[in-house]
Amino acid sequence: MADVEHGHHPSVKEYIRIGIILAVLTGLEVAAKYANLGSATLIVTLLALAALKFILVVMYFMHLKFDDRRYARFFLMGLSLALTLFLIVLILFKVFLR
Amino acid sequence: MAEVIAGSHETPVAKAQEHATTTGLPSTKLAMWIFLASECLLFGALITTYLLYRGASKVGPYPNDVFDIPYTSVSSFVLLASSLTMVLAVSAAQKADLVRMRVWLLVTALLGMTFVGGQVYEFTAFSKEGLALGTNLFGTTFYVLTGFHGVHVTVGIIMLLTLTSFSQAGRLPDDHGFSVEMIGLYWHFVDIVWIVIFAVVYLIPTGPTGGK
Repeated sequence: MADVEHGHHPSVKEYIRIGIILAVLTGLEVAAKYANLGSATLIVTLLALAALKFILVVMYFMHLKFDDRRYARFFLMGLSLALTLFLIVLILFKVFLR
Repeated sequence: MAEVIAGSHETPVAKAQEHATTTGLPSTKLAMWIFLASECLLFGALITTYLLYRGASKVGPYPNDVFDIPYTSVSSFVLLASSLTMVLAVSAAQKADLVRMRVWLLVTALLGMTFVGGQVYEFTAFSKEGLALGTNLFGTTFYVLTGFHGVHVTVGIIMLLTLTSFSQAGRLPDDHGFSVEMIGLYWHFVDIVWIVIFAVVYLIPTGPTGGK
């Protein structure tokens, strides 16, 4: 990613490369589903692969890696608020409403 | 202001628009990111509700009875491919290659329609297997979550087709790149939401209480 250092958007070739990586990661997710992994291993694997895909799209296709950092801060505010709030809700419901 | 502009990594089009605002950032783009941040809360609530009632249905059909993973995997590939074509449209627009930009926008809309068509087919198949909105907790949370996502994709398709027709009719401002980039941000967001839904709803096993 030579362009990254210069703060420019990726080239068409780099976009296609990222698209192929995303397709491979999706293939790995589906393969993991049928790979007879233990439940915990499968969940961790699927969440890690989904997180990787999420980050690739946000950083490269949505250009957060190259744009002004304030966009990323605003987006992360919403994302982290959602993750924190709903994690608390999930924990509270699982603990108190068994 | 000068430092802000010198330190940013904006495209030339976005940079030109920075001069008009006190933040040094184009207000439209900032508003789009704030909107997408608020959408995280909307989809977060829907995904959390699905997870809360996961495996809590007293009657079937259960996820394992109706899900067709190979079929949904193909749908996921289609939506991922649409994200690639969308970013290629943005790239073409920023190079002022309008013909290629319109082609990629139309391909993105076509892939989006394929995805929504697939979702309609999936809903119809589930309905025939006895899963309606009010059948059980799985039906309610599943249809509301994926239905909301489908509506977002449909809105995206309408925006893509409107953008293409406006561009064809010469009704867009000279800097096509900015308009296409804004629609692109929305489209990619819809894609990342599906990345989470595909993993959390379809691929992660429901467990003994929610399956057969």
